[in-house]
Amino acid sequence: MTHWSGRTTSARFDGIDSPGEIEEPEGPDFVRIQQSDEFVRLRSVLRRFVFPVALLFFGWYLGFVVLAAYFAEFMSHRLVGAINVGLVLGLLQFVSTLLITLWYRSYARRRIDPRVAALRKAHS
Amino acid sequence: MSTDVGSPGLNMAVFGLFVVVTLVIVANVNRRHATANDYFTAGGAFGGGKNGLALSGDFLSAASFLGIAGAIAIHGYDGFLFSIGFLVAWLVNLLLIAELVRNTGRFTMGDVLSYRMRARPVRAAAATSTLVISFFYMLAQMAGAGGVVALLLGVHDGTGQAVVITVVGVVMMLYVLVGGMRGTTWVQIIKAAMLVLCVALMTVFLLGKFGFDLSALLRQAAANNVKGERILDPGGMFGRSGTSKLNFISLALALVLGAAGLPHVLMRFYTVPNAVQARRSVIWAVGTMTVFYLATLIIGYGASALVGSRRILSATGGQNSAAPLLAYEIGGTLLLGVVAAVAFATILAVVAGLTLTASASFAHDVYANIFKRGRANPGSEVRVARLTAVVVGGLAIAGGILANGQNVAFLVGLAFAFAASANLSTLLYSLFWRRFNTSGTLWGMYGGLVSCLALVAVSPVVSGRPWSLFPSVDFAWFPLSNPGIVSIPVSFVLGFLGTVLSRDKGDERKQAEMEVRSLTGLTPS
Repeated sequence: MTHWSGRTTSARFDGIDSPGEIEEPEGPDFVRIQQSDEFVRLRSVLRRFVFPVALLFFGWYLGFVVLAAYFAEFMSHRLVGAINVGLVLGLLQFVSTLLITLWYRSYARRRIDPRVAALRKAHS
Repeated sequence: MSTDVGSPGLNMAVFGLFVVVTLVIVANVNRRHATANDYFTAGGAFGGGKNGLALSGDFLSAASFLGIAGAIAIHGYDGFLFSIGFLVAWLVNLLLIAELVRNTGRFTMGDVLSYRMRARPVRAAAATSTLVISFFYMLAQMAGAGGVVALLLGVHDGTGQAVVITVVGVVMMLYVLVGGMRGTTWVQIIKAAMLVLCVALMTVFLLGKFGFDLSALLRQAAANNVKGERILDPGGMFGRSGTSKLNFISLALALVLGAAGLPHVLMRFYTVPNAVQARRSVIWAVGTMTVFYLATLIIGYGASALVGSRRILSATGGQNSAAPLLAYEIGGTLLLGVVAAVAFATILAVVAGLTLTASASFAHDVYANIFKRGRANPGSEVRVARLTAVVVGGLAIAGGILANGQNVAFLVGLAFAFAASANLSTLLYSLFWRRFNTSGTLWGMYGGLVSCLALVAVSPVVSGRPWSLFPSVDFAWFPLSNPGIVSIPVSFVLGFLGTVLSRDKGDERKQAEMEVRSLTGLTPS
């Protein structure tokens, strides 16, 4: 459903013939920027990270919730003293949330922010 | 049973001090002639760190603090599942929502949704959804205020509680009217700092008491709970029947997907200057909330260990009294006073944030863009917003007094289900799906809202059970208390169908503008 690849599709070229294309108001030409290689690259760099990672954490959360609801015996299995599998998996949800946050932070700094800065510089 | 502990006078004094200090700050950061930008977004001038704290302040309600700690103390592990859902939810904001919303909108969720659509119907839908969600969420907070009053100030009769609820409402309105977004943000920052500091200190103290041996704490918690060892395992709260398991999954879905659709959270992405600061805000919020929700786990089990489930349940306020009773147990009257003040500050600040959001949506989406077609002068927009804030505040007070003592805990889960159903689907489509159009937006939003409302109306929360709103009649045929598992997919499917079944191809130029703008922050001239 969602436009996944982020790549330019044939539908994109309709925009060129649209009447609005001829007289250009001041300000950046968004249709041209959208089709530029730099922007397409930025979009794909962003989406290639956020979509899979979103699916990943959502699946992991959902799996955890299903375990808690339907596999209570497994979750109640004691590991050390009174600490059971459920508690450890729950705490791992905290850990994974923090790790994903830090991972995205460094990815955005390295891969996204420089591209955004370059695009902004070129078009303003 | 009189388990009133601590001194109501001291509790009130600490809370009074908080109110005075915050009001002085709010009055001082206020600009005399606030522009719409000042009033709605504090000029977008907050840094990511401060705004992240304020985000936690907006998000961590009394339900999070007293409710989760109490749920863990009484039911054990199942209460912890709330903490996890509320925290993981922030990844949706971090990865998919915060930066793009910051770049695309100005004041409200309607700005983003109507960007490339026919503006008036979409703004009307966005405002409807914002007002409905704010109302339900606010009602839950205000109704809870009555219980907290009884518990902490020793006010037990209905009239006395009504007076206190009114005072809380009036102070909240003062924050919003005098301080606008700048003042309200500072209230959130102070509240979040107090709340997190308070629970972190309690947690360290508790762990220290058990020699930093989590297992020992858990064993003691089980020993002092009537449910015994079962509080360490899943199933204590949600039960083991097929329906209750499904209900739990439904709630879990609403929690994790709802945070990214809450209008007062979305609005807080506009109070920073750019997308990088919006990202920093969420990162700070995740950090703060990790500490907070870990602390609720320890505080919840700690309350069971040191106070015991019997004493908690027999106290005024029942389950909600777990954290305050624990505070009294470990820190005496003074710590109880601090926790009481923090609990009040929490209700106050969350309701203030909701009021500001609701009034901004009415003034900006309905008045300025629907009635005046975008040609309202900015001064009148702020005036309308202030007026709306007074009306909303009045409704909150009245609703709080009427709902006082009712079982309205489901309202929070419901507000999350609304947010996840009506707002998240349309926001995601709008930001990531090129083909998405006006009719898809309307189908998605109204479909999500209506299916949520309809399912709740025929669910056990409204009728058919002893704890329902109308226990004497029974027209409940939908077995789940939380509609999320149905209504969230419904809104995604309707948003999709509404789009592909309509001939509207959308505005290509606007789509290009929105997409480029959302990723880069470049604005038209």
